[in-house]
Amino acid sequence: MKIHEYQGKEILRKFGVATPRGKACFSVDEAVRVAGELGGKVWVVKAQIHAGGRGKGGGVKVAKSMDEVRQYAGQILGMQLKTHQTGPEGQKVRRLLIEEGADIKKELYLGMVVDRVTQKVCLMASSEGGMDIEEVAGHTPEKIHKVFVDPAKGLTDAEADEVARKIGVPDASVPQARGVLQGLYKAFWETDASLAEINPLILTGDGKVIALDAKMNFDSNALFRHEDIVAMRDLDEEDPAEIEASKFDLSYISLDGNIGCLVNGAGLAMATMDTIKLFGAEPANFLDVGGGATTEKVTEAFKLMLANPKVKGILVNIFGGIMKCDTIASGVVAAAREVHLSVPLVVRMRGTNEDIGKQILKDSGLPIISASDMADAAQKIVAAVSGK
Amino acid sequence: MSILINKNTRVVTQGITGKTGQFHTKMSKEYANGANCYVAGVNPKKAGESYEGIPIFASVKEAKKQTGVNTSVIYVPPPFAAAAIWEAVEAELDLVICITEGIPVRDMVEVKDRMRKAGSKTILCGPNCPGIITPDEIKIGIMPGHIHMKGRIGVVSRSGTLTYEAVGQLSDLRLGQSTAVGIGGDPVNGLKHKEVLELFMNDPDTDAVIMIGEIGGSDEEAAAEWYAKECQNKKPVVGFIAGVTAPPGKRMGHAGAIISGGKGTAQEKLAVMEACGIRTTKNPAEMGKLLKSVL
Ligand SMILES: Nc1ncnc2c1ncn2[C@@H]1O[C@H](COP(=O)(O)OP(=O)(O)OP(=O)(O)O)[C@@H](O)[C@H]1O
Ligand SMILES: [Mg+2]
Repeated sequence: MKIHEYQGKEILRKFGVATPRGKACFSVDEAVRVAGELGGKVWVVKAQIHAGGRGKGGGVKVAKSMDEVRQYAGQILGMQLKTHQTGPEGQKVRRLLIEEGADIKKELYLGMVVDRVTQKVCLMASSEGGMDIEEVAGHTPEKIHKVFVDPAKGLTDAEADEVARKIGVPDASVPQARGVLQGLYKAFWETDASLAEINPLILTGDGKVIALDAKMNFDSNALFRHEDIVAMRDLDEEDPAEIEASKFDLSYISLDGNIGCLVNGAGLAMATMDTIKLFGAEPANFLDVGGGATTEKVTEAFKLMLANPKVKGILVNIFGGIMKCDTIASGVVAAAREVHLSVPLVVRMRGTNEDIGKQILKDSGLPIISASDMADAAQKIVAAVSGK
Repeated sequence: MSILINKNTRVVTQGITGKTGQFHTKMSKEYANGANCYVAGVNPKKAGESYEGIPIFASVKEAKKQTGVNTSVIYVPPPFAAAAIWEAVEAELDLVICITEGIPVRDMVEVKDRMRKAGSKTILCGPNCPGIITPDEIKIGIMPGHIHMKGRIGVVSRSGTLTYEAVGQLSDLRLGQSTAVGIGGDPVNGLKHKEVLELFMNDPDTDAVIMIGEIGGSDEEAAAEWYAKECQNKKPVVGFIAGVTAPPGKRMGHAGAIISGGKGTAQEKLAVMEACGIRTTKNPAEMGKLLKSVL
């Protein structure tokens, strides 16, 4: 689960990390009022979306007067913000963060994820923070310093101080940087985060260490023990089809192609998409119905796929194990009837009660095309969709 | 022979009183030698009771003492599953197969760290995996037993249904399996491709292996590099990687990109595998055929 920058900063503050003062706003008037309350001479107007790269995409603007605050807030609020992390369609901006402008002397980078190889939390830090950090990591990987944290000990004072020095924090500011590093680690660990990133972490003219950005994602498997974080969820940032799918315990991701796919198991679902591509077409979605698909679930899955106007055909690929093919076949037939299916449907079924399942499809009288294996299924649906 | 499990394996089910645990314990007990293999269950509140004739004990240690089990299978719900793994490790079992899906990553980081520090010899398979099967001997997990066939091909995979797909193709070609291992898809887990590949290479009853991977991480690359550089007892290995079409996706932050260093894509994995002498296919319907062609 993802949250906004201003929510990430709230969490970081609880763990002792200094951030600029600021507040989330939902309208231009509110933005102007908040800037007035904050006082000072420089404000930053920041788009709040669940993606990074906002600065480069025009979603972060420095305002030097109230008129500019009004102007930038008006420009950014409601815009379709496109960054290299949003995908080509971009993301609509519905919230702003108005915060005080900081006096940036140097921009540093801090990031934290769980490393699969060492199976530990990995702290990554660099003196070359800011909007070009990925290029830095690509061209000069030696400028990224990594610490793999012992989960029983946490990030130690010595580790934190060493990293701080390596990324160029002056001696006088090292104790403060230690607090930031350990605070970030604690925030990551205690909230069951899957990502925590401060880019940039800045050194100010007067030697302070401040987090100017905060990006946090959380392990969805751990949300059961974090009500406070679940309360931060912003459904506006998520794909409505994916939200609808999650209600039925279906795992669904919208894609750009025109062939809907319904598969059991994530690996097989990916493999099915790959096969569609191999035979020259593109999948319209990823959809894993999971292990316990009922007629109701299959019907909902069909509705989801067909709600996408791009879908010109559907491929069902089921390897029935515990879940029996006849159950799936009945579900497919019921769903096809209920939604008055008007696009070609290819079904490939293997496993338990395969023959009964195939018979059910045949007896339904529906124009369902049966396939013998995954490749056959992909070829048949690609041909049907392209009118061959 | 086979790897990891055989007809002499003795199994305790942790989570035997839950719905999933009961269903799959019953199915597994009915498979091949299951009636002799499934000898214990655990539930502290129901010690002294039994399920399907399998006695239930208060702890894994007690089950081991009373029945001599050497392997456990875990169906405990996610919030308690890591503790169940640790209980089996403390009882010094040889193998723990954790089927549970949805365990918090932090819990796995903690339990793996404790296992390493304790110098534990217990092998962990999973979590979030279908389990392990040695056809016609024993099935531990949720895979459909009847698609398997006894034979000399090893299968290792991160994904459940894709494992069944590979097994189904092999059985259709009358190529039986020595053992099929589902190592699970979680980021922090036990057995990796490399370790399973090594077991298969050293198993006199395995002639060749299908290795199935997915995008993300670098386990498949590590296994391929071990195979090319260190494996003493090379047998043919073929592979498939799912996720060539998976879109880069919407993301937040740069840390994911920095830690992976651009690696972990399907193309990258396939290239490394090919360079290491592992034949790959981009058509998942042809995994079985590809394996047959290298025999
Ligand atoms: N409060 C502030 N005061 C001064 N400058 C700021 C402030 N907040 C952000 N900036 C500047 O704007 C840039 C972009 O802002 P920020 O890092 O929050 O968003 P982003 O572009 O989404 O980040 P990323 O590139 O890490 O995805 C920062 O690198 C910094 O130079
Ligand atoms: Mg930033």
